[in-house]
Amino acid sequence: MIARLLHGVPRHALLLLVLMLAVLIAAPLFAGDYLLTVLILILYFAYTGQAWNILMGFAGQLSLGHALYVGLGAYVTAALYVHFGIGPWVGMPAAIAISVACGASIGFLAFRFGVAGVYFSILTIAFAEFARIGFDHFAWVQGSSGLFLPVANYKANDIVNLRGQPVMFYYVILAMTVVAFVICHGLLRSRVGYFWQAIREDEFAARSLGIATFRYKMYAIIISSGMTAPAGVFYAFYYNNLFPEQTFFIVRSIEIILGPVIGGVGTLFGPVIGAFLLTGLSEGLQNLLTAYGVDAPGVTRLFYGFCLLLVVAILPNGIWPPFAKVLRLDRLHDKSET
Amino acid sequence: MADLLQVTNVSKNFSGLRAVADVSFSVPEGAIFAVIGPNGAGKTTLFNLIAGVFAPNSGGIQFRGDRIDRLAPDEVCRRGIGRTFQLVRPFLGLTVEDNVTIGALLHEPNPNAAMQRAHEILSQLGLFAKRRHLAATLTLPDRKRLEVARALATGPKLLLLDEVMAGLRPTEIDRIVEVVRKLNSDRGITVLLIEHVMRAVMSIASRVLVLHHGAAIAEGAPETVVRDPAVVRSYLGEEAL
Repeated sequence: MIARLLHGVPRHALLLLVLMLAVLIAAPLFAGDYLLTVLILILYFAYTGQAWNILMGFAGQLSLGHALYVGLGAYVTAALYVHFGIGPWVGMPAAIAISVACGASIGFLAFRFGVAGVYFSILTIAFAEFARIGFDHFAWVQGSSGLFLPVANYKANDIVNLRGQPVMFYYVILAMTVVAFVICHGLLRSRVGYFWQAIREDEFAARSLGIATFRYKMYAIIISSGMTAPAGVFYAFYYNNLFPEQTFFIVRSIEIILGPVIGGVGTLFGPVIGAFLLTGLSEGLQNLLTAYGVDAPGVTRLFYGFCLLLVVAILPNGIWPPFAKVLRLDRLHDKSET
Repeated sequence: MADLLQVTNVSKNFSGLRAVADVSFSVPEGAIFAVIGPNGAGKTTLFNLIAGVFAPNSGGIQFRGDRIDRLAPDEVCRRGIGRTFQLVRPFLGLTVEDNVTIGALLHEPNPNAAMQRAHEILSQLGLFAKRRHLAATLTLPDRKRLEVARALATGPKLLLLDEVMAGLRPTEIDRIVEVVRKLNSDRGITVLLIEHVMRAVMSIASRVLVLHHGAAIAEGAPETVVRDPAVVRSYLGEEAL
């Protein structure tokens, strides 16, 4: 298994990855509370971006409603915890199942009836909006007044119930991001991954090569929605409060896709690099402004817009591909070299 | 020899336009069968009917004895019919070897083995040296060969080639003629091709079908067909004789 995953990955790429991972693992030793929360946010976006990238970057289906799967993952586990005392790890399979059921339904409607391109994107927005409005009136999870998880001043970390200090959450999201990266790496070099790329490039030509495009697009949305749900679990237990207006808001969906779009859609490193750059720089900017006593609400969104403009104009494929060339990592998926 | 493909009284209308009108023919196993005719004669529509892109309004298509005229394009391919497109559509954002590997993955689920298979096919078609290039960087002749390679990788019994020689220089045409001939003789692949380049048709086709306004106006050995008065009048022109 491990040998198969490592097969054909250049040694210097591996070295770089191990180095990055070592720095991230050691980060809590030298990072203060604030830096740690920024890193948590970065990793959260790296994880969700990676999950979104499966559907768009690999299979070419643009979802603008991934907040739906985050929200479902969050609400399902939070409600199970609040109402029945069921811990997040036990609740997670249920959250994934419900998220996948929703993703599969949207996928079935779209792919079976030829809703493609922009219309698919609109459909994904519509379902996220349905959820937002629906949860606003869903009394069992407190509707628009919000669902709160019990909070105390934790001295110890309770990993089973995900109750504890930021450093625990940091390692949880780091582990999730690493797992997502490895899964995506495996998917991209599997048969499914090749078929997804064929569909992304030219669905009609893909069909003429014998690819059952409906089935493979369904796999993409199932895996992507299923992988997004755990991010919701993390979100719920880290922030401890859920409001439909925030959780399912379209801006949450857009935030998820900004990282991979700026880093490089369809690449493994894109979502990670994008998350680091965007979140890192915007937090830095905000601090700088605060330090100079400038109070500018909404400046991060302005900054996101500026970054997006820059990347679209100068590097339409994202930041990662040219980087990869310089680091000679653009052949990361070269299976022929043994 | 048994018939690999049988087209029986097939018609296809596009809102009033009769693109293919009551066409029947059979392609024997091991043949190189050419479909010729002027622009708009219905050649590509006929191909799309066989490949499952459209269903015929009437008539039937049989492949290896089974009806295929209601199957989707991917199912038709899985049955053993590979195709190229008149206007080539390689996966532009992928490398040459990835393009062909995707074809090979149809019957070889292991990506490494499929890549090996792709490399063999690319060597055969003279594209091995360019295997790491993005398909988008290839010239038209290379793209056409890539399309043939990709279709070939799906392991077809019948290969549909839609004008793979159009727009190529004479030396490139000779090269692809040689490739098609070898595929046919060495690997026993039956070939059905649409072609305007008569020189190529005359040199490789064992049988020729002529379409005009959607209808079959002649069928037979190439030498006989080009002397058929109806064919000369509608397509070749008097000077061809």
